[in-house]
Amino acid sequence: MRITEHPILEFLRGEEISFFFNGQELKGFEGETIAAALHAAGVRVLGHSHAMHRPRGLFCAIGNCSSCLMDVDGEPNIRICVEKLKPGMRVETQQGKGCLR
Amino acid sequence: MPKVKETEILIVGGGPAGLSAASAAANLGASVLVLERDGKPGGQLIKQTHKFFGSKKQYAGDRGYQIGDLLIEQCGNNPNVEVWTDTTALGIYEDGVVTAEGQAKHLKINPKKIIVATGASEKMIAFPNNDLPGIYGAGAVQTLMNVHGIVPGKRVLMIGAGNIGLIVSYQLMQAGVEIAAIIEAAPTIGGYLVHASKIQRAGVPILTSHTITEAYGDESVAGAIICKLDESWQPVSGSEQDLKVDVICLAVGLSPLTELCFQADCQMKYVSELSGHVPVRNEYLETTRPGLYVAGDVSGVEEASSAMVEGRLAGISAACSLGYGEDIAPKLQAEALAELSELRAGPAGQKTLRGIMNLMDKGGAVC
Repeated sequence: MRITEHPILEFLRGEEISFFFNGQELKGFEGETIAAALHAAGVRVLGHSHAMHRPRGLFCAIGNCSSCLMDVDGEPNIRICVEKLKPGMRVETQQGKGCLR
Repeated sequence: MPKVKETEILIVGGGPAGLSAASAAANLGASVLVLERDGKPGGQLIKQTHKFFGSKKQYAGDRGYQIGDLLIEQCGNNPNVEVWTDTTALGIYEDGVVTAEGQAKHLKINPKKIIVATGASEKMIAFPNNDLPGIYGAGAVQTLMNVHGIVPGKRVLMIGAGNIGLIVSYQLMQAGVEIAAIIEAAPTIGGYLVHASKIQRAGVPILTSHTITEAYGDESVAGAIICKLDESWQPVSGSEQDLKVDVICLAVGLSPLTELCFQADCQMKYVSELSGHVPVRNEYLETTRPGLYVAGDVSGVEEASSAMVEGRLAGISAACSLGYGEDIAPKLQAEALAELSELRAGPAGQKTLRGIMNLMDKGGAVC
């Protein structure tokens, strides 16, 4: 959920753009991270662990922990907490360890 | 062959320590390159909305993000400082060459001196289902909320009543999120009482001697079981409470981000008062690897105020060792050391001072 009124901060968001999460069209803002846009859209499960298949979500949000790795425009293992959203981006839940094409 | 970038002082990390080091060294005449892995320098200051304490010299009264903007401006106005954003340092080699990744390129830098100001990462605690989506480090909640303007959920259990737990709870309340409770395993509130009182006055319970026994939920957090701890920190049976929350926020401390120091073969030591393994260093923050300095949380977790002073001290010391400002450097170093003593004069500072004593001491286990 996005904050609309805040006692201290003002959020200057970029242009509203569309992107795709597992094929579904979602809206986000240019300049924010993929993780921010997914969160605002209510998506909290970003993938599943390799061995136990436990759900994985955002944890550190600054590129330290690798809990948020996803496949973005065909490239696997993207830390979506630091990768900026671009128009038309295809963000997919990653299966396995990812494979470079 | 990629060209090797030459610089006098390379600073790894563009947070409060790194930026302060950059302007201090550049003001004495040294040429400085700062590597920042994020798209914008400022480190964790960019998400701090609370006003800082301390004295005027440490920007007391200003909000964290305003201090960050000021440090960025100081560096931006100095022709001796170059900042490479979206650039991550990868390694420090025996011959002094530092490699980095930036804009999908492998970069090589050959500095005369290095200041490592990489900061810290959030600690995790053990409890069943602590990996469920909806469990965040306190810094992540601040990033979502204060940088992106997105709330993490509707109802939060905050774990940890140190300053970070208290401040982030208050910020969540400012953003319209309910705090079910703040729990703290220690018998007393660790953070400043001025922060705690603001939260308690708003009706949020701060439960000391309480811990989390488990989180639950299918694909993400639906709730948490908490319980009371006795004098020997053991769970009191029958004291369990079930809190329906969709967010669990961990504010249980930070660990110094010391991978580069380990890799550069600095002598390291575990010092619990400094929150983990830290490089052994002298008073002027030079490590056991000559010409490699540290500043900020990487040399022991403290606050941004002391990180900025440590950055300044390391910057002056590195520049002076290259022959810059030799006339005024000793005076500037003494001023920085005096400011650090002043900042560490309070009860929290006593712990840091014990840690530094322990670190500088020859005894104890060294790895």
